Formats: sequence, structure tokens, C-alpha cells
Amino acid sequence: MSQKIDLDHGRFRQIIRGKIKQNLRKYISQGEMIAKKGKDTVSIPIPSVDIPRFKHGDKQQGGVGQGQGEPGDALGQGEEQPGSGHEAGDRPGDHLLDIELSVQELAEIMGEELELPRIQPKGTEKIVAYKDKYSGIRTVGPESLRHFRRTFRQAMRRQISMGTYDVKNPIVIPIKEDKRYRSWRSEPLPQSNAVIIYMMDVSGSMGDEQKEIVRIESFWIDTWLRSQYHGIESRYIIHDAMAKEVDRDTFFRTRESGGTMISSAYKLCAKMISDEYPSDLWNIYPFHFSDGDNWSVDDTHTCVELLKKEVLPFVNLFAYGQVESPYGSGQFIKDLTEHFDEDDRVVTSEIKGKDAIMDSIKEFLGKGK
Amino acid sequence: MVSALKRLPAYLRDIQEEVEGYARNFGLDFFPILYEVLDYKTMNEVAAYGGFPTRYPHWRFGMDYEQLSKSYEWGLSKIYEMVINTNPAYAYLLEGNSTTDQKLVMAHVCAHVDFFKNNYYFSKTNRKMIDGMANHAARVRRHMDRWGQDVVEEFIDTCLSLENLIDPMSAYIVRQRPPRTREEEEAEPEIGRLKSKGYMDSFINPPSYLEAQKKKKEEEAKKQRRRFPEQPQRDVLQFLIEHAPLEHWQRDVLEVVRDEAYYFAPQAMTKIMNEGWATYWHSKILTEKALTAAEVIDYADACSGVLATSPGRLNPYKLGVELLRNIEDRWNKGQFGKEWDECDSMDLKKNWDRRTGLGRQKLFEVRKLYNDITFLDEFFTLEFCIDQKFYTFGFQERSGNWEIMSREFKKVKDQLLKMLTNRGQPVIVVEDGNFENRSELLLRHIHEGTDLDGGQARDTLRNAAKVWTRPVSLLTKIENKGKLLRCEDGNISERSAEYT
Repeated sequence: MSQKIDLDHGRFRQIIRGKIKQNLRKYISQGEMIAKKGKDTVSIPIPSVDIPRFKHGDKQQGGVGQGQGEPGDALGQGEEQPGSGHEAGDRPGDHLLDIELSVQELAEIMGEELELPRIQPKGTEKIVAYKDKYSGIRTVGPESLRHFRRTFRQAMRRQISMGTYDVKNPIVIPIKEDKRYRSWRSEPLPQSNAVIIYMMDVSGSMGDEQKEIVRIESFWIDTWLRSQYHGIESRYIIHDAMAKEVDRDTFFRTRESGGTMISSAYKLCAKMISDEYPSDLWNIYPFHFSDGDNWSVDDTHTCVELLKKEVLPFVNLFAYGQVESPYGSGQFIKDLTEHFDEDDRVVTSEIKGKDAIMDSIKEFLGKGK
Repeated sequence: MVSALKRLPAYLRDIQEEVEGYARNFGLDFFPILYEVLDYKTMNEVAAYGGFPTRYPHWRFGMDYEQLSKSYEWGLSKIYEMVINTNPAYAYLLEGNSTTDQKLVMAHVCAHVDFFKNNYYFSKTNRKMIDGMANHAARVRRHMDRWGQDVVEEFIDTCLSLENLIDPMSAYIVRQRPPRTREEEEAEPEIGRLKSKGYMDSFINPPSYLEAQKKKKEEEAKKQRRRFPEQPQRDVLQFLIEHAPLEHWQRDVLEVVRDEAYYFAPQAMTKIMNEGWATYWHSKILTEKALTAAEVIDYADACSGVLATSPGRLNPYKLGVELLRNIEDRWNKGQFGKEWDECDSMDLKKNWDRRTGLGRQKLFEVRKLYNDITFLDEFFTLEFCIDQKFYTFGFQERSGNWEIMSREFKKVKDQLLKMLTNRGQPVIVVEDGNFENRSELLLRHIHEGTDLDGGQARDTLRNAAKVWTRPVSLLTKIENKGKLLRCEDGNISERSAEYT
């Protein structure tokens, strides 16, 4: 059923996407997309457009609250109360709606928003791990697994039915028959193993903004793939003219300079695959981000050969994301398209800026591989 | 439109009759209430429109809709009830809520409508606002058809930026003396004579002195008359409507925005009382009358959700209901009046019970005459503050955190009242409509201890200049120094100025 609000809503979406009313663009609050809160939850602000008003500056203002605590105690920032549609808090001027979600939920929402197909993993049947799960109660077992509450209840029940339970002196003494123990079952846990190999060009032409884009994009890719596989591994390779493996932190922070030999990264990637990830057992996802400014035409040829022979046959998907940079020629993506246009294991995407990240993720993962 | 009202299912009609019966017996006095059951999508739609079935086209309703639906779909919040201030009152129930929830909502709604009908600050609102909103929508649509959606929408954005610059109390108090009549104007101004005995008069008040005095008076009167507006005007929107060089359609749009701002203002002014009142009655009606034994747990669950507090937020439901209950208790026990105020023995006060039994009566009086500010100012006491564990919080630059600042009664109360003054908005007045004799507009921020948000103030000033079509300046204080922000052709300049 169509609703009246659809027109207004459509218009709002267009503003958010920057299609109309450019003058409102600067009032759109997107916030940082990844704000980790706690261990497994993230908060994502829902985009909103704030019309400017005369209002009080935030920090001088303060407010009044109710509850425990001593002066000097820090407050957790006000959180939205669940189940309370109408009673948003009364702190004025603070209406960025933050929503806390688990990463799992987040991935699902992203999947829905981008209409990503669920991935059909390979090797599902092959790898099976067993996991012990405490799921029942039985009358025999080791004392270390004794279930106190159930035992107590059983003893109490027996004493009451025997009439030996004294309300004034409620001492419950379990005998052997009362004792209850936790029991477990070994459950087969179908596991599909996947590895994501991130490669990033850290040559001089990749600036902070470019890296920020890579960071955000790889977070979302990571989130999505993690929601699709149990047990996923991530490996990180950075390269300029040389490639090396690094940890996650370094991956996102390093700034190197120098030339760009993309083949060096592909070589390392191919070696990693052949040494550690047999393709019949692993779902392999190499992602490569660069500004597309390779050193020489020869090196590009080497890259194409490497991909054809040593990478593509083993992977689910090879993704190449080209971040726009003021220095790069952006040639590499054209070369790739030229050679692999027919091959649906290769996806390329040009990422023009932060706003294009979502579209690019959709291009990468939209095939359901 | 709501006229195509779906008939309420029989079981809900029965509940409505039952609940309203209890409410009437308790003395609540409300407009007839028409309920409609909505699915959550429609509920979110209506909520985005502020409770009305039709509003003028604007993207911000779409924005509110998106926020409401997202938080509903992700299971974060849902709207239980909604009721609008009209006669008859329209209220909405969410389809699929449990019977307990619907009962609670209906009792809650009865009290809201009673409040709308009887509270003084709602007495001047348009009770046919459903039609009002629909008319506004028709007017705006007509302009859009004629001038194009983008043009009109952009102007609405500009107006909304100034939307809070109204004077919600203006309907209830006289701010300006009526314009002087001709006789008054012509009457000789009284000349200040120095006090003297009759025989000394010609020495103490010589003719030359009297002449000088007369002249001075006349000068002053002239100055006063040349002022425009004569007194600083708080209803900035009204001033713009009357004096800005607007196109006909623009003036019309501005009037629509102003009308709606005034319609919603009393709800912001009585949020704590209104929600407290509704909560007080739903819990009274349900726990004393309407609940069956099987429903008690569900009710308690819903109720605790409504009354939950969390750090850094003031829950108006909680504050309102607790304060009302406190008042009822005090007036039942005679804890008021001179003797009570002057008693300083905590022990005596604790066990004070004169069995006056005036509680209920007092509550009805409070709901009729007070708004949030007067309500808290009069009834928020030291004992209540301690009992309810109130504190003030603020931002600590040092730690970069929001922290609890104090539990001192005076500070808490001051902070509360400050937050509620002018609905938490800064007070901005039109100081001069012919600033420096260049038909520029001078606005003044009445600084009450909190600076304006600088970035937003600049953008808002730009919007004001768009409406005024000439440069607009704003006199304010930033970090305790007088500043004059001036917007000309979209460029903002800032210079220090005397702020008196």
C-alpha cells in the first residue's frame, strides 16, 4: 500500500544521497560509520539533516539527571531506552540518533540494505568440527559438574513430600538420589573456512583520505563476510615496490612512500594461498586496494599473468578497488578490465570518495560468491 | 482523512467504555475521544506528521519517518500511544498490542485529553487543528503548484530555521501597552519639578530650568517614537511577517510555519506535567480498577519501561508523576502553608500529618493552572530533590567526559528551571528594524549564561537575512565578550560590540 509519507520520505532519501538540494548537504550528519562500543556492539548514527537554529551551545549547558552516583562520576552518554518510543530524553540539542547493534545485526542490516545475496560456501560438508555443549541433566556424573540449583530443588521436593521439611528451620540436605549433574552432547559444527587477504598499496600517492576509505570499506567487507562464515581469517599485505605481510593495525596506519609494484603483492598473495590455504578446503577472498598507478607496463603484465595462473583458479572472488587519488593515473583498473572482462571471478570497482563506499561494496559482494 | 474512521473492534470499544467510566468517576473531564487502530507503518507515518493525518509536503517528515521505522524495525523502540489536542480528540492504538497495553494506553490518553481540555496553557490552541493542518497543506501545495516544489520547499527550510523564534506566552500576557491614543500623545509631558516650598519655587525651579527639562522630556519621547519596534519584540516571526518585504506566497508560508509553531508550543511548555499527569492516572485507573490479576505482570513491565531513568537523561514521565504524587501526599497530610515552611525540625516534618486530605483537590488545581516552569518552581522541594536522587551534570573539559557535577538542591533546581525557560531555547528579540538607519535588522540574544552554538547561529543568521532581504545582525555574548555578528549577502563578519 502506498502511503502519503512515501513522497516526503523519497525526497529525504534523495537529499541524503546528494541528488537534490545540495545546499542542505552540509547539515547532513553521518558521523563516523564505525564507532565501536563495548566488545561486540557498534553504534551507527542514522543520517539526519539538521536545519540550523539559534540554540544553546552544548558544552556549557549540562543538565539534570536522576539516580545513583557521586559528583565527579562519569556518565555513560545517554542511551536510548528500549521500548520507549515517545519519551526521548530531554537533553536539548542532542538528537543524533545513535543506535547500538551487535556486529551480527549490523551485517544483516547491511546485507538487506545493499540487497546482498547470501554466499554459497564451498567445502561446507568437508570440514566438521565438534563442539561440546552442555544441554541436559542426568543423575550421575562427576561432582565438578553438579548442578547446585537442580540438586537443591530435588532435595527440597523430596523433603517436602516426605514431610521432613521444617519451615522454621529450612535446612535442606541432599542425599545421593537427589544429586543432578550437567550433561553434554558433542554437536557436529559444520564449518566453512574462509580467508580474506587484504592488500593495500601504501606508496606515496595514497594519502590519509584514501586510506580512510580503505579502512571503512574493509571493515564493512569484513563484517559481511564474517556474518557469512564461521571462523574467518584475515591476512594483511602492504606493498609499495616490495610487499610484506603486516598485522591489522599496521595495515591501516602505515604510511610509506616510494614506487608501486603491484606484482610484488600478488606474488606474496599467491604464495600465501599455495602454502597455507588449499583451495578445496578454503574460501579465499583477496581484496586489493590501490590508486591504480602501477610502475610500469611490464609489471602490469606480470600482474595479469600471476592472477591468471596462480590466483584466480583458487579463489572465490578477486576484488580490486581503486581509490581515486589526485596523483594516480588510475590506469590499472583499465588494464584489469581489459584482460578479465569475461571472467566473473574478478570484480573491479572505482571508489570516488567516502560516499561511494556502499556502492562499491555492493559491486564487490553483489554476486554472492 | 480520519473521517474515514475504521470502526473500533468491539472488544476495544468495551475497554474504552470501561476505562472512560473509571476516569469520569475520578473526576477527569475530557473531550470525546476517537480511537483508531493503526498498523506500525501507518503509526510511524502519523507520528512523523506529528499526529496529524495530513501535513504540507516536506522532507523532514520523511526523515522522522525513517528514524521511527528504523528504530521500530530494529526493535529499539515503538510508539505505544499518540493523541492530539483537538476536539474531539484523536488517539491512535498500535495494532497487535496486548489488551493490557491497550488498556494502559486508553487510561493514559484520557488523562492527556483531560489535560488538553483544562490546562490554562492550552486554552488558546486551535481545537480544530486537524482541519487547520489540512488547510495549511492545501495552501502550501497551491504555492508549490504555482512556483515549483524546490522553490517553496527551500523557503520552508529557511522559515523552519527561524521557527523557534516565537513568543509562546504572548497569548497569555500583555507584553505591550496598547498604542497611545492621540490625547495621550498630545498631552503635555509632566515636568519634573524639584521639591520646594511655595515661596521658594521660582528660585528652585526657575523658568529656564523648567524649559530645559521640558525639552529633554520631549527629546526622549521623540526618540521613543522613532524606535522601531518601540519595544524589543520576541515574536520575531510576527515581525518578519509584518515588515519583511516578502512575496505574497512567502508571507503565507511563513504564517503557516508560525501558526504550527504556536500550536505545538504549549506541549513543549507542559511536557513534564502532561506526561506526569497521564502516568499518574493510568497507574491509578489500572491498579485500582481496570486490571485483572492476569494482567498485573504485563502492566508492571510496561510501566517500568516508561518510568526507567538512565544517566544523563531526564525522564519527564518519571519526574512528572513523582512530583504529582509528592504534592498529593503533602496536601493530604497538610504539609504546606506558613507553619510548614517555617518549621526547621526534620524530625517534625517527617512525621507531619494533619489529615487535611486535600491532595486530590490540589492536583486538579495544579493541572489547571501550572506549566512546567511554575510547577517545578513551586513544588520542587529540597526533600523531593534528595528523595528522588537528582543531580546536575556537565561537560568536563579536563576528562572529556560528561560527569555528575553536584547534588546540591539549589544547583539542581536552577539547572532544571534554566533548561525549561523558553522551552530550552535561547531568547532572541528584534531590537531594531532600522539598524543604523539602513533598514537592516538587529536581533539581540538575551544572554542568560549560555552562549549560542556559533556555527548554527551563523547559518541561522544567513536564513534570517534571506527573509529580511537586507543585512541582519545579531548582538550576543561569546565567552563573556559582546559580539556583533553581521550577515551581508551570505557573508558573516564578526566584531566586538558593547553588550548591555
